[in-house]
Amino acid sequence: MSADATVLDPAEPAPGGEARRLEPKDYASDQEVRWCPGCGDYAILKAVEKALSELGADPDRTVFVSGIGCAARFPHYLATYGFHGIHGRAPAIATGIKLAKPELDVWVVGGDGDMLAIGTNHLVHALRRDLDLVILIVNNAIYGLTKGQASPTTPTGTRTPSTPSGLLERPLSACSLALAAGARFVARSVDVHQKQLPEILVRARRHPGTAMVEILQNCVIYADGAWSHITDKAHAAETQLLLRHGEPLLFADGRKGLAPARHRAGLEVVEVGPEGWQAAGVLVHDERDRSLATLLAALEPPMPVALGVLYADPAPASYEQLVREQIAAERARAPGLDLATVIRRAPTWTVPG
Amino acid sequence: MAEIVRAPVVGARPRPARTRLANVVVRLSGDSGDGIQVAGGQLALATALSGADLETFPDFPAEIRAPAGTTFGVSSFQIHIADHRVHTVGDRPDVLVALNPAALKVNLPDLRPGALVILDPGSFKKRELERAGFPADPREDGTLRPFRVVEIPIEELTRKATAGTGVSAREAGRAKNFWALGLILWMHDRDTRSVEAWLERRFAHEPALLAANKAALAAGHVFGEVSELSIPAFTVGRAPLEPGTYRTVNGLEALAFGLLAAGRDAGLELVYCSYPITPASGLLHQLAGLRGLGVTTFQAEDEIAAICAAIGASYAGALGVTGTSGPGMALKTEALGLAVAVELPLVVIDVQRAGPSTGMPTKTEQSDLFQAVFGRNGDTPLVVLAAATPSDGFAMAREAVRLAVRHMTPVILLADGFLANAAEPWRLPELAAEPAFPVRFPTSREGFRPWRRDAHGVRPWVVPGTPGLAHRISGLERDFETGAISYDPANHARMTAARRAKILAVAEDVPPAALEQGDPDDRLVLVGWGSTYGPIADAVAAARAKGRDVAHLHLRHLWPLPRGLGDLLSGFRRILVPEMNTGQLATLLRAELLVPAEPLSKVTGRPFTVEELSQAIEARLEEAP
Repeated sequence: MSADATVLDPAEPAPGGEARRLEPKDYASDQEVRWCPGCGDYAILKAVEKALSELGADPDRTVFVSGIGCAARFPHYLATYGFHGIHGRAPAIATGIKLAKPELDVWVVGGDGDMLAIGTNHLVHALRRDLDLVILIVNNAIYGLTKGQASPTTPTGTRTPSTPSGLLERPLSACSLALAAGARFVARSVDVHQKQLPEILVRARRHPGTAMVEILQNCVIYADGAWSHITDKAHAAETQLLLRHGEPLLFADGRKGLAPARHRAGLEVVEVGPEGWQAAGVLVHDERDRSLATLLAALEPPMPVALGVLYADPAPASYEQLVREQIAAERARAPGLDLATVIRRAPTWTVPG
Repeated sequence: MAEIVRAPVVGARPRPARTRLANVVVRLSGDSGDGIQVAGGQLALATALSGADLETFPDFPAEIRAPAGTTFGVSSFQIHIADHRVHTVGDRPDVLVALNPAALKVNLPDLRPGALVILDPGSFKKRELERAGFPADPREDGTLRPFRVVEIPIEELTRKATAGTGVSAREAGRAKNFWALGLILWMHDRDTRSVEAWLERRFAHEPALLAANKAALAAGHVFGEVSELSIPAFTVGRAPLEPGTYRTVNGLEALAFGLLAAGRDAGLELVYCSYPITPASGLLHQLAGLRGLGVTTFQAEDEIAAICAAIGASYAGALGVTGTSGPGMALKTEALGLAVAVELPLVVIDVQRAGPSTGMPTKTEQSDLFQAVFGRNGDTPLVVLAAATPSDGFAMAREAVRLAVRHMTPVILLADGFLANAAEPWRLPELAAEPAFPVRFPTSREGFRPWRRDAHGVRPWVVPGTPGLAHRISGLERDFETGAISYDPANHARMTAARRAKILAVAEDVPPAALEQGDPDDRLVLVGWGSTYGPIADAVAAARAKGRDVAHLHLRHLWPLPRGLGDLLSGFRRILVPEMNTGQLATLLRAELLVPAEPLSKVTGRPFTVEELSQAIEARLEEAP
């Protein structure tokens, strides 16, 4: 049996008469997964499978597109259609797919090198264009597949084979970049957050437009613990701000919150006293507030790091819908127009026989 | 001996009868704001309506808004009018209309001795002369001695003619292009009806401008008749064109129409993805204006995104097409390799320009052949085609799509800056109601494998969304049988061979090598590709008319080379390959066919002239025993 001809048909009625809902494991291809033992990508793959199951995704109408890197192996491991392309270009390939077949569910998966270095241009313009895509940025702050060089999200000063005296550049924030590019769905999660991550992926898929999800991932080989100052359970309550729309920006088990800074533009940490969070001036999260999202995206230690949906404000129509509408309007303007007519729009003359 | 005639001249000679000419080359030239291209287009139409053959070329400045009166702001339009089939815009103008000193300065080196030069003396003031870079008035210092010069105060006469039409003085002056057009139409024995009809459409809602332009046109036409100047008048007979309905078409238009026709042929939606680049942007504009005809256009963020989106579109079952020029081709290289690896159809149109690097964006060259055939990492074969004439873009765009979908391969179609903008009469094609080569996407699960090749080595094109056929494709090497990632040494050798064999098999699906003119036992053959077709065809025809033993072979399919090419070329004693590069096709022919192909290079950013090729033919025949 060909590894690449996995046959799955959710349309096949289950005994109950309704289409059978696929289990997470049904979305796994029969390819042997070849990430390093302990790699955070296993957890992300599991979360994606859970999300697909939750969404009732039809594998035959789902396409995973990737570039190059460890995370870019994703399409091989899912029993959907898949296109493993070239470094950085997955958003561009996905754009072409959506232009040709808007009805497909298209997911883009890439790492921090793929999406924030060689392919940044495509990421920025995909977000600005707002096609109905999900873009997962698996951020492990290192180049894994090429053996440990500094990436655009590696902390300043880090020594790697390519930066033996310490990295000079400052790290890039995927969420800040996405908001600057005009993204209308921006979220951040962590590979091991197996409750929150699938929920966010489901929301990202249901968002009608480009949804970017940054996933902090642990590379056990080259950058083990790169995010532990944020993700370690021992101090997670202090270092993570879990966002919920309509709920106050509280962390540290509700003992602290974020309020508008008093003497500058920005947010600051306030202690929540017995009078409650309102009295402390803690803000309520509003996913449609782009200014708030911009402040949340920029939070970094010693402030808590924002996890969850930072921003979600869908546009009335996706890019590919608007493209189709324009074409339909063109057709309506000149119904029945054909190529022969267009060719004859220029002055013609006849040479008699 | 210079013959300078100034208006008004009292006691002019009696008007001579119209001269019957076999062909004449006319160039209009002026400032980029003078409406030269508009007048040229109307001259071409009036000429076409006369039944003569023609070819035209616009030469506009690279600068968007060059300062008025400077040489780099000069815009020109050349037309070759003939009573026989011609394939070039003519080597050297017989008639030049120069609306300012800069236009004269730019065009002087191209003029044939004895050419007629029509000047507007009103523009020959000190400041204009300085701007054009004339140290002294060229009318006074002997510069124009080799030519026949007629001075007509065109702008002044235009102002007089348009008085009372209600336009401003500035607008009145701007109608001088139609005054000059009127005069040329009179010289050329044409009336002004087709131009009037066009003006009436163009200025339907601007009655004053309509009246002014019509008045200028009529005044120029009448001037020829009543002027006391000795303005030569000529007539050119009808050319033996095949019966049918014609229009003029330039290369970019023909390519756009060809792509649209090909989409119908294949029964596919066309997705054209491109990034702006001279001289290919016009193709994006053309197609964007025709989205009602089953084409989606996409202006990408860069060249790489453009080709990747086209690949994505093809993957999803549309026909992905991208267009660019040389620097953009360089950027698309990695993605072309991906398209070869995943074996998807893709059409890439390269409108070549002078390189290397940014080079000369508005000047033509054919120097991307190596890039097209070889320019990728790995052994990465694909199909390379080239359009020979502006209207051939229509047929070759269809051919590119046909081969791409039949053989599941990227196809590079080469055009060039000259071909893109040059225009010629085009006999309108019959467009069949039924697709000529409809694509049928496999849907059967029975024995499906994404990389199972058919008898021609072609894999199935299965589109996402097809139930039960979900599979993965990748730029990583894959197993010949299963399509799964494979680094197995023997498998890589097998896949490399399979990719090569698939492309070589395309030669079985295209016509065998054949001569355009001449016989296999001639002594000399000129082998061309792309836009050298025109000058080679005309030079070989002229040489054969003189009894010379010379043939013309033109390659539209450059990779794989057509069947029988080696045998055919081996029969000639000399093989001359004129090309606008330093010998790329000659090298390819020598390497592939072991034939003594001799390059004839021209890399000036301009096409070959017929004269250059005629001289080369004579020289080779003298040397050859």
